Amino acid sequence: MTQIFFDLMAAIVILGALGVVLVRSTVYAALFLIASLMGVAGIYVLLSTEFLALVQVLIYGGAVTVLLLFALMLTKVRDLRERAPEPPQLAGAIAAALALLAGFMTMVYKTTWPRNVGQITPISFNQIGTALFNRWAVPFEIASGVLLVALVGAIVIAMQEEGER
Amino acid sequence: MTVLGAPLVNLNQHWLTTLLGIVALTLVMTLAVMFATYYERKVIARIQQRLGPMRTGAYGIMQPMADTLKLVAKEDLRPATADPVAFELAVFAIFIPAFLALIAIPYTQDWIVSPLPLSLLYLLAVSGLSFIGFLMAGWGSDSKYALLGGMRAAAQLISYEIPLILAAIGIVMITRSVDLSAIVIFQHKVPLIVWQPLGFLIFLTASIAELERQPFDIPTGESEVAGGVFIEYSGIRWSMFQLTSYVNMYVFSLLGALVFLGGWEWPFGRDVGWGYQLLLTLAKMSIFIVFYLWVRASLPRLRVDQLMSYAWKVLIPFALVQIFLNGLVLVYDLPDVALLITSGAGAAALVYFIYRSVRVKPRRPLEMVANSVAARSVV
Repeated sequence: MTQIFFDLMAAIVILGALGVVLVRSTVYAALFLIASLMGVAGIYVLLSTEFLALVQVLIYGGAVTVLLLFALMLTKVRDLRERAPEPPQLAGAIAAALALLAGFMTMVYKTTWPRNVGQITPISFNQIGTALFNRWAVPFEIASGVLLVALVGAIVIAMQEEGER
Repeated sequence: MTVLGAPLVNLNQHWLTTLLGIVALTLVMTLAVMFATYYERKVIARIQQRLGPMRTGAYGIMQPMADTLKLVAKEDLRPATADPVAFELAVFAIFIPAFLALIAIPYTQDWIVSPLPLSLLYLLAVSGLSFIGFLMAGWGSDSKYALLGGMRAAAQLISYEIPLILAAIGIVMITRSVDLSAIVIFQHKVPLIVWQPLGFLIFLTASIAELERQPFDIPTGESEVAGGVFIEYSGIRWSMFQLTSYVNMYVFSLLGALVFLGGWEWPFGRDVGWGYQLLLTLAKMSIFIVFYLWVRASLPRLRVDQLMSYAWKVLIPFALVQIFLNGLVLVYDLPDVALLITSGAGAAALVYFIYRSVRVKPRRPLEMVANSVAARSVV
């Protein structure tokens, strides 16, 4: 049963990712991206980390893709029907993608994981919270500081535009 | 609810019973929505000193059937220049999240299709997904009004999700659980509205905005964007949009009833049997629905800039204040009354702040002319 669901979710992720790259309409590409991210959330559920799955839905499915869709729909991006990638660019893109894939694969296989990866270790929501706010409190604070800077920067840029009008 | 004598508990153990539960919920919800349209018209009619539907059946009770038949029989039109895939699928992208939310709600102690340990977060995450459908509908319709409406809908949904989630975080801090059933059981003596009046006000306002109901119906405002994303839809697809918006109204009413009013636990405890528990939940849900209808009949629509500044400059800061106050009370282990006092003071401040912004200041005629030229912002 779990295997069927995993295959289904993996198919959604891969087909969605292929759709993002291959479809010529940019809005469709964004919609495929949403489907792919939802598939990742499904895989999180199968790994019994429901919290990560819900955060994936909330942040990537909700907040991040809405930015993309907004930008695409408001700026009237032309569909890339005529402009297929030129051969030298295509070769470079394939090489870069393969290099990235190789990097990820070596990372996955070389890392010694702390627990047995063959079976699912259920980690409760409370454990994630405790780890995040005690053990990893400093990286967490740094991340929130960076986000705060970005937020203030965005507000400053928006206010300048207001004044120029 | 018993199916052939067996109690419907532990539904997640049996995928067949889960499936039956989902089908039953969908059917019951569709019927409930049909009658929601009826009593929405009746309640608003009474508020406006009219009678509402009276002709179809006794007191117009058959009106929802007549409306449904008419809508289903209408032709399902699609504009020639619309994007076929986005246009047709948008309905489902809005419809499915609304129904997904229903499976995690504990209607009584045992009546829950899928008892998730993170059900509150699940509800908020799933109900936040419907913006995709609004954007697809707006973009796919190939109409300026629909696109504007879709943009407004998405911006509004995203903005008001934040105060909603922050209010929920305040609740989670106190109950120390993200499970709706546990949150309900936590309230066996005192409902959470007593400890979190500020959080309740924020939740109530943000939920109206999430539902896109008046006075926050800016994405569909007929005088501004002529119906917004619904403009090109007709027949069965249009009625599915309406169905979804009423299902969402039920979901948020149930959520409010469970989280703030004590659900099936308060005031009689959980030993009263599922019949009373269900009645209690539905009665509390009805309070919210009547409130939504009452607000619709009473308040004028906000402007789009007022809407945004209300979310970002008023609701979110106050929600953060609520979280901070809760944190203070919990860290210093103050008695529960401290929660009531701090949150009550916050609620009073919020009400005063809104009152100060919207009250009409008496002005001399010349000033009124001068002021009406310059656009006034309310908040």
